[in-house]
Parts: sequence; C-alpha cells; structure tokens
Amino acid sequence: MSLYYVQKLIYQINRDENIRRRFDENFNDLLVDYELSDEEIHALKKPDIGLLYVLGVNGQLLMHYAPLFGIEWFDYLAAMKQGIEEHGPVRAGLYAMTGGGKSFAKENE
Amino acid sequence: MPLVYAGVCSHAPGITGRKHLVDQASLSIRDEFYKKFDEMRQQIESTRPDAMVVVAAEHFANFFMDNMPAFCMGMADFYDGPIEDEKWLGIAKTRIPGNPELSLRLIKSIMQEVDLAYAQEWKFDHGIIVPLHFLTPKYNLPVIPVNINCQGPPLTPLHRAKIFGEVLRRTFDEVPERIALIGTGGISHWPCTPDSGKINHDWDARFLNQFLNHDLKGMTSYSDEETYTEAGQGGFEIRTFITVSAAANGPGDWHYYTAELPVFAVGCTLARLMIN
Ligand SMILES: [Fe+2]
Repeated sequence: MSLYYVQKLIYQINRDENIRRRFDENFNDLLVDYELSDEEIHALKKPDIGLLYVLGVNGQLLMHYAPLFGIEWFDYLAAMKQGIEEHGPVRAGLYAMTGGGKSFAKENE
Repeated sequence: MPLVYAGVCSHAPGITGRKHLVDQASLSIRDEFYKKFDEMRQQIESTRPDAMVVVAAEHFANFFMDNMPAFCMGMADFYDGPIEDEKWLGIAKTRIPGNPELSLRLIKSIMQEVDLAYAQEWKFDHGIIVPLHFLTPKYNLPVIPVNINCQGPPLTPLHRAKIFGEVLRRTFDEVPERIALIGTGGISHWPCTPDSGKINHDWDARFLNQFLNHDLKGMTSYSDEETYTEAGQGGFEIRTFITVSAAANGPGDWHYYTAELPVFAVGCTLARLMIN
C-alpha cells in the first residue's frame, strides 16, 4: 500500500508542468520515480478510476486525473460507483475514515 | 474600523464549471444565486476595501501531504489562477494583484500568537478563484489568500480555527487598511465522490443557524468523525466559517441558501456578518 505516492503522482501531474509533460511523453518512465505496487500501477495506467477511488485516492485529485483520459464528469462519478461494486469498500485514506470504509453510495440509492 | 466587511460564500467548482449542466427547471434558481452573489459584491464594494483577505480551504493546489501547514497566508506580489483547466472550471486564467507589504505586517503580527506559514508563491484553485470571479470580477482589488487545512487529515482543529479568527481580527484592527474578509467553503457536501450532489439539509440548517447566531461554542463542538459521517468531507470546510465568525464577532445580517442546485454539489451559501 503506497497511497501517499499514488496521490503524490496525481498531484504532481495535475500541478507541475514538467511532470505533466513526462506523463504525456512517457508515463512508464515517470512511474519508476514513485514507490508503487503493481495494482496501483495497473490502476493508474488503465486508468481504473473506480479502483483508484477504492485504493483511497482523494476525489480532489482524482477528478482532475479522469479528464486527462477524456472521462467526463458523470462518467467519472459512475466509475467510482462501479469501483466499489467491483473492488469493495474504500481501503485507505480519508474515505475509509469511519464506517470501515463503506461508501455512502449504497445508502444513497 | 479596519475590518469593513465579513462574509462567507460557497466555492464549489461546479458553480462556474457546470453551470450548463443545471437542469432546465432549476435555471431560475441558478440565476437567482448568481444575482445574490452579485449583491454580495455590491455590499463589499460599498465598504470601500483596500484589500480582500480570503480564508480558503484549498484542494491540493499548493499544499500537499509532504508539507501541510495548519494555517498559511500569502505574501506575494501577485497570484495566478485558476490552477485548474480553464474550460473545466469556466474561468479564464488571470493574474490577481496581492499586497506583499500588507501581508508582511499581518503575518508578523499573527505569528505572535499563531504558528502561521507564509507563501510568496501561490496559485489559486477554485476555492479562491470562484469567489473572486463573483466578488471582484475585474480582479482589481488586492487579495491576500489564507489557507486552513481542511483536506488532508490530521486537520486543523476547530477551536484553533476560532482562535485564528480572533487573532486575525486583532491584527486587522492594527493596520490602517480597510479589509474585507471572506471565508469560503462547505457546508455539508460530498464533492467529487460517488455521492457528489448529496447534501444534508438538516445538518446545513443546524450549522447555518449556529453561524448566523454567532454560536461559536456550537460551531466548534463537532468532531471530524461526526462531520464526515453527517456532512461529508466537504463539511470539514466549516473551519473557514468559524474563523470568519470569530473575526467578525457578530451574528449574520444577510444570507442566502439553496439546496436546489445538486449539480453544483453543495448547498449554495452566501452570508454577511455584523462586525462587533
Ligand atoms: Fe472545497
């Protein structure tokens, strides 16, 4: 589990023009600089927005990552819901803070 | 009196970025909200401020978990924003003037009582630029940004946000400049999560009632766990309201609230406080 580095990578892609350029030009090369698990690398590259959410990536970071792959707002929301169905409750980070990481999505439906 | 205006407003990126996604039936509510935002601009302008201090809850624009201050104040000549994609946010990139000399005086004074970080470089995200888009749309009023950590736990404790507000007020009273103070954030919302659009009306009503009645004891009584469960992670941004309330030291005398714009992902809130 290296949620911190997953989030740091997304943060830097969002905010740092040089990192963003490296992301555009050679993502594999950029990924080497971060301490990431295979599952995290898979989720980042695909991208599996739902899995990234379940891994605990903060929405304030994730909502900017999704559009880089052409994922529109409502598809982004749907991908997170699907992620919970596929991979179970959020495992770490802010959204796992209470209730054992249960999402409010189910209660909402 | 150097604090000439104190108020709060919502800052959700959807307010500008998703205005075209508001459903047909709610367009009049959207436009009424925009009109109220403009009314707030007029209120502020009528107090003839020399600078606007914006207490915000930024979202990993400048601050990240590698070095997260509880409080930070800007001390730059200028601030660029929005940091987000212009099209996504619906606000064109621009440069906002600062007042580093005033920042320096404020920071030196605040530091006597609060461990305040400072920043000579700061890019505005939606948390500041959305309010400015409505409240100083020509970007001609010097702005001094302030951040309270409402995003990356462990968060700034609520009672510290109150003390910070009291210290801000004492500091504003020391300077000759006329200062407008704006807090931006919350109230209950679950932004950019699967529950985006969800709002807890009862929780909003309770907190807003405390805010408008200057009930600082009530406002600082929430635990983060309770806020997260009942008001979502967006609810953590009540820190900005608490700081402004403590600085103004007065109840509300004007406000607007609507929960009828779910695509904005927040109960849209505007309020002005009396300054005592
Ligand atoms: Fe926010």
